[in-house]
Amino acid sequence: MDQDTDIGGPHHRFPVTSHSAIVAARSADPQVRERALETILASYWKPAYKYMRIKWQASNEDAKDLTQGFFASAIEKNYFARYDSAKASFQTFLRTCLDRFVANQRQAEQRLKRGGGAAHFSLDFSGAENELQQHAVASEISPEDYFHREWVRSLFTLAIETLSRRYDDSGRSVYFKLFELYDLADNDSEPKVSYASLANEFGLNTTDVTNYLAAARREFRKIVLEKVRELTTTEEEFRAEVRMLLGVEVK
Amino acid sequence: MRSLSDDRVEHLRSIAVNPDFSSTKYGIVKELARGGMGTVYLAEDTELSRQVAIKVLNTSEADSGLARRMAREARIIARLEHPGIVPVHDVGVLADGRVFYAMKLVRGKRLDEHAAHNDSIKDRLRKLQAACDAVAFAHANGVIHRDLKPQNIMIGSFGEVLVLDWGVAKILQRDRAAEVSSEADTLMLPGRKRAPDESSWSNREDTTHGTIMGTPGYMSPEQARGEIEQLDERSDVYSLGAILYFLLTNQRPRATNLRDQDQESQTMPRPREINSKISKAAEAVCLKAMARSTTERYASAAELSADIANLLDAEPVSAYRENAFEKTSRWLGKNRFLVFLVLAYLLMRIFFILTARR
Repeated sequence: MDQDTDIGGPHHRFPVTSHSAIVAARSADPQVRERALETILASYWKPAYKYMRIKWQASNEDAKDLTQGFFASAIEKNYFARYDSAKASFQTFLRTCLDRFVANQRQAEQRLKRGGGAAHFSLDFSGAENELQQHAVASEISPEDYFHREWVRSLFTLAIETLSRRYDDSGRSVYFKLFELYDLADNDSEPKVSYASLANEFGLNTTDVTNYLAAARREFRKIVLEKVRELTTTEEEFRAEVRMLLGVEVK
Repeated sequence: MRSLSDDRVEHLRSIAVNPDFSSTKYGIVKELARGGMGTVYLAEDTELSRQVAIKVLNTSEADSGLARRMAREARIIARLEHPGIVPVHDVGVLADGRVFYAMKLVRGKRLDEHAAHNDSIKDRLRKLQAACDAVAFAHANGVIHRDLKPQNIMIGSFGEVLVLDWGVAKILQRDRAAEVSSEADTLMLPGRKRAPDESSWSNREDTTHGTIMGTPGYMSPEQARGEIEQLDERSDVYSLGAILYFLLTNQRPRATNLRDQDQESQTMPRPREINSKISKAAEAVCLKAMARSTTERYASAAELSADIANLLDAEPVSAYRENAFEKTSRWLGKNRFLVFLVLAYLLMRIFFILTARR
């Protein structure tokens, strides 16, 4: 079998080998801890920023400061070490921490004193703000659902970036280009791409396009599962998150 | 990278969820239905250029109990060749590790949807009788369904009746059970090492005493109590009776608590309390099929089918003893045209006699 189309391995299962960043965030080794916190930050900063803009009605500048302040405080005080998967999902835990943080900040009116304006992390806030303007927030959606929705968007975006990097590194960037043109282009883009038009554009036959796209989609799914694995601590929690994300059982 | 729109997020979600049919001759068209164990897709068989329905297991673990159960389901249906049971065309494992089977695509409505648009009790009884016949065929082949309900009976475009979803079916005869489970394991686990006693545990998930499988309201009291080992054809008879209850009253039989199903059925209103137009005979057939004690029920789906046929033909039913008045009125009802002719003849005779005397 073609190696590209055999990502499931000889037993055709999804190998989910990533380690949990949340577990690693408790490590005594500062380097391990730092890498883990970067992973958590990458997945959650955008949903956190948008959540503060929507739920707490924070201004653009306030939300930036609060996001920076929250993650800086989380690292400094090692919030994530306190997470217990038996009590709630990590998303719920993080949201609760966020709510508490913002409430404390507002109550004490110490935002500026606590590091307001100080940039601890290099985060693309203008990109997040653009997304916020682009994607309408339905009035009936709860802050919790909104946070989850934005987390899914953030997770898929990270998965796409990883997919692109992997194919670039392995010299098969055509796989990602096909995926980008066929699966990532918005439906309103004209003219609609077809397998035949892609085959023509890339000098392939239609069967190759079908196979490459199938491989890219499988790899995308695999990366998504790896990312969820990174952001959960136990097998049970992982499955619950996947069920919530995809509506299917994955072992 | 450009921000993902809501539409693209949903598309990517479907990419991550949809099964990978690339290693098969099928192309996915759309999702038809999603259940706890599997999802049914409309797919195109590219070799034969026809549309089929494909049930795909939701989990990707080919070694799991669910996967074994689904392969068993495919094997069970495949051997039940009957016009009332959807034929299976193919079974296997997808490249992404999910077990699937392809079956005939049935276009039509579920019995509950059909009933919502069709008030005729006769029509409903005919449909149920056809379902009873399919279930009786399965019983004759040593298989009990264990999850009969209106949602698992499909009415095709030409009025054909098909019994679906044999996912929790049980094989009653031990020799056949061994044969089917052994085949199922071999089929879906290519390259996997067989455990020494595997053929004996292939049915373990659904035959363990105390396990409750089925749908509240439609499952028999013994099934609701988890008495898996005691289940036989009469458990399906109860479910068919519960479907009859629904068809007569438009109400689902009550069962809010699985463990209390016995108690619930005692307090369940009789069909005639809900709809007084229902005949006493039809009510009796329904209540006999739904009797709490298995010995008081019809012994088989075939017996129930025969009584439903009697109801349709206005013949006496085994479940109800009529008095002389009821017998006469049933006979009159059945032979209305003949009675009308005789009465018309008598009236004409009287008329002629009276006019002749003048």
